[in-house]
Amino acid sequence: MATGSIFEQIIDPANRADPWCLYRELRKTPVTREADGTYVVSRYRDIVALLHDPRVSATGGVALPGRLVNLDPPAHDRIRRTLMRHYGPPEAPGRIESMRAGLQDAVTGLIDRLAGQNQADLVDEFAGMLPVTAICRLLGVPVEDEPRFHAWVGAIVANIRLQGTAAEHARRRRDDAFAEMDQYFAALADARREAPGEDLLSALVADDRTWAEVSREELLANVALLLFAGHETTVDLIANGILTLLRHPGALKRAGFEPGFAVLAVEEVLRYEPVLHFLPNRLTLDDIDVAGVTIPAGAPIRPALAAANRDPDYVRDPDRFDPDRHNPECADVRPEESQHLSFGAGIHYCFGAPLARLETEIALTELARRLENPRLLADPPPYRPNPLLHGPAHLPVGFDRIRPARQSGASGVMVPYLPTKGT
Amino acid sequence: MPGAEALLYESNPGDDQRGKILRAAAVCPVRAIVVDQAAGESDATASPRVAGAPAGHGRIVIVGAGLAGWRAAHALRREGFAGALTIVGDEADEPYDRVPLSKQVLTGPVPAEGTALPHVGGLDADWRLGQPAVGLDRRNKRVLLPGGEQVAFDRLLIATGVRAREWPNSEEVALDGVCAVRGRNDAATLRHKLAAGPRRVLVIGAGFIGSELASDCRELGLPVTVVERGPAPLAGALGAVIGRIAAGMQREAGVDLRCGVSVSALEGDPEGRLRRARLSDGTTLDVDVAIVALGSRRNTEWLAGSGLAAGRWGVACDAGCRAFDVNGVVTDDIFVSGDVARFPSPAYGYQMLAMEHWGNAVDQAGIAAHNMIGAGPDHWPHLALPVFWSVQFGTEIKSVGVPTCADEVVITQGSVTDRRFAAAYGRQGHVAAAVTFDQGMWLEFYRDLIDRAAPFPPRFRSWGGSEGTSRARQPVPAEIPAAPEDLASQATVVLTGHEPSERRAVLVDDR
Repeated sequence: MATGSIFEQIIDPANRADPWCLYRELRKTPVTREADGTYVVSRYRDIVALLHDPRVSATGGVALPGRLVNLDPPAHDRIRRTLMRHYGPPEAPGRIESMRAGLQDAVTGLIDRLAGQNQADLVDEFAGMLPVTAICRLLGVPVEDEPRFHAWVGAIVANIRLQGTAAEHARRRRDDAFAEMDQYFAALADARREAPGEDLLSALVADDRTWAEVSREELLANVALLLFAGHETTVDLIANGILTLLRHPGALKRAGFEPGFAVLAVEEVLRYEPVLHFLPNRLTLDDIDVAGVTIPAGAPIRPALAAANRDPDYVRDPDRFDPDRHNPECADVRPEESQHLSFGAGIHYCFGAPLARLETEIALTELARRLENPRLLADPPPYRPNPLLHGPAHLPVGFDRIRPARQSGASGVMVPYLPTKGT
Repeated sequence: MPGAEALLYESNPGDDQRGKILRAAAVCPVRAIVVDQAAGESDATASPRVAGAPAGHGRIVIVGAGLAGWRAAHALRREGFAGALTIVGDEADEPYDRVPLSKQVLTGPVPAEGTALPHVGGLDADWRLGQPAVGLDRRNKRVLLPGGEQVAFDRLLIATGVRAREWPNSEEVALDGVCAVRGRNDAATLRHKLAAGPRRVLVIGAGFIGSELASDCRELGLPVTVVERGPAPLAGALGAVIGRIAAGMQREAGVDLRCGVSVSALEGDPEGRLRRARLSDGTTLDVDVAIVALGSRRNTEWLAGSGLAAGRWGVACDAGCRAFDVNGVVTDDIFVSGDVARFPSPAYGYQMLAMEHWGNAVDQAGIAAHNMIGAGPDHWPHLALPVFWSVQFGTEIKSVGVPTCADEVVITQGSVTDRRFAAAYGRQGHVAAAVTFDQGMWLEFYRDLIDRAAPFPPRFRSWGGSEGTSRARQPVPAEIPAAPEDLASQATVVLTGHEPSERRAVLVDDR
């Protein structure tokens, strides 16, 4: 049985459930050169430096032309600024927070549907349903169109491969999905120009500054990117959160009943069970010295974010799941330990991070409150083979019953798309 | 004026904001301020590991009740100091944050009283507010207060900070409408005057504070003239090359900016209200408000005769914040932190660095507190490169290192036209500092270049910019003013030589 390099073992599907001792091995050699010429970097401080280094480009990896994740400045900065303007402070500070009530209702609805069952696959029946709904709400996509997005997103993420090439038909499906999504958003953007809603897309198309700064193609491609980039990743984050809390019953209980704890738990799940284990699209534009190794110009580099999150030079007791390390009220806390790399770092820092955090916080809180005596039916659960995005393919969870929801008192205008069971 | 990298500030949020605050605190690296504690707890509970430490008990006196003093007091209690704590402050107010005084307090969102720093009550301290220290008796270990009172200490922290340089003409200063901005009362008064809709505001001095004030005036829709003696705004802090970019920003925002000009006279009406300003360029302006923003003076006069190395550039201390005496002998019971401190900087040959900035006050105060009650081997060094920032005209200007020691500057990233760029400063062929305008994410990279004394100009292959490549980016002289007065008025961070004693402390000028 050929073992291959540590990196090759890490991406071997057999090791998906527990790669952590492999990451520990990996960190012993801070920079490793793989057979295909990529350089894997695994220490926290080195990755932070690289992600703030103007000699590193994001234009490597799988080509997603015109989309932020694959662009460098100045185009990257120009487009991101435009998208940010109506998404967060200073001009739209309430955008994400205003989604709270609707997300709460969506989560409540999803959990309500589990009533009468004694078990559920919390990926298929819960985590997998929420993020598309959230992003569609953010972008003003009508509820009845959500199933089309599930299908498109599925085609796109199925094709993320770290090594090797996708099969021809799979790649065509992915390209078709992108094209169809872009067309959909083009039509939606036109509709919103005529009749603006309260959503991000409406705000963007209504603002003259948008059209002064970005082309129509750039806008649509990056709006679609938000959806595609924010789906699978958030599904995995929620699933990883459920999995981790079920393995740490004390934390599960606190998440349900201690105000503010879910916020800390989300941050620690991000660090402890991150979704994106590697960044796939960086390459060097110049020779760069990292830990005594010269990475030559033009080399693809693979920052190992998951390895960095458990680097003992970055965080004490890295293999301990401890949400309180993010608690500013705890005397012993070091704020730098909250600076995990799960959302990246530098100018490409995850755009959707605030939304992902909010969704996960609500999801974990409500599950913790309403599932009575929850337990993992398979530990470890089955993982998807995807080496880049890390999360269970299915999460079978047993429970005695579903407790009824509290009266939230929320305005609740958000009705999630809930496919008929069995489809 | 909000911009892409604008900092927002909210003081005293309601309890309904608690979840939001926890979320923000969980992801924010700058966490100097303690989030609301559970009822009943206070910082005064000693943690076991330090109570037995050498200075876990005894008496500590902190002179200075500003950000550094407040931070040190909290840090002392958190680290387990269980002895008597006395805090002496010349202002009558409990500690408050100065950052919003030149920003949000003037433009509206935050009232002056809303800048109070939290959790003063839980410190179990004896507060002597409104009592400026007037002397220090090192032999008997006492701080001298007005009226002959004395406060005894085992260990002392000097955190007296700086005060605003006053307008030199005392008659003109007395005119109603001539304002300073240093303290909270100043800001409250100025806020009131700006809200009254003056015909025109005159800002005297275009350093960071003056520039922020001008930005506030434009945000309020007020006509404003800025008069700056030097060649450009911020020239004393960042050099005239970068300063001219800042000048462009001001003029685009509608500021009537006059460089190379000074104020000859301020004139009032028979009721003693400011009415006119005469400028050295021969013009006369009708102004109702004049804000004096001429930099600061370190509050070290009270230490005259104490034998400490205290003077115009501050109180000299070692990397552990321990004060030096005039001969360079380090004390073991007197510590310094914040704007009033001069401390060694390894990146600059261990020259003493004097800096005025929020981040430094917070960091240094925490280190001083830790060192005051710990044993020698456990002491932390205050060695980080200086960082400072300013928010003005919708732009965040951030800097690392000591720009004022540089001879050259080069634009390395971004676009000057767009006012989003990074620039590196060189001193004797090495990278010595960097500044970013709305490109703060890249500062880490330059910090590393400074730490390594990387060659200047930094030449590296990067993505193509909108302004071409290295052809457009040649180093030029940075045009940092040589005159100490100009530096004193504008520089946020300066190198002040190796000599601890002020008698011989000079500004390094070997450019």
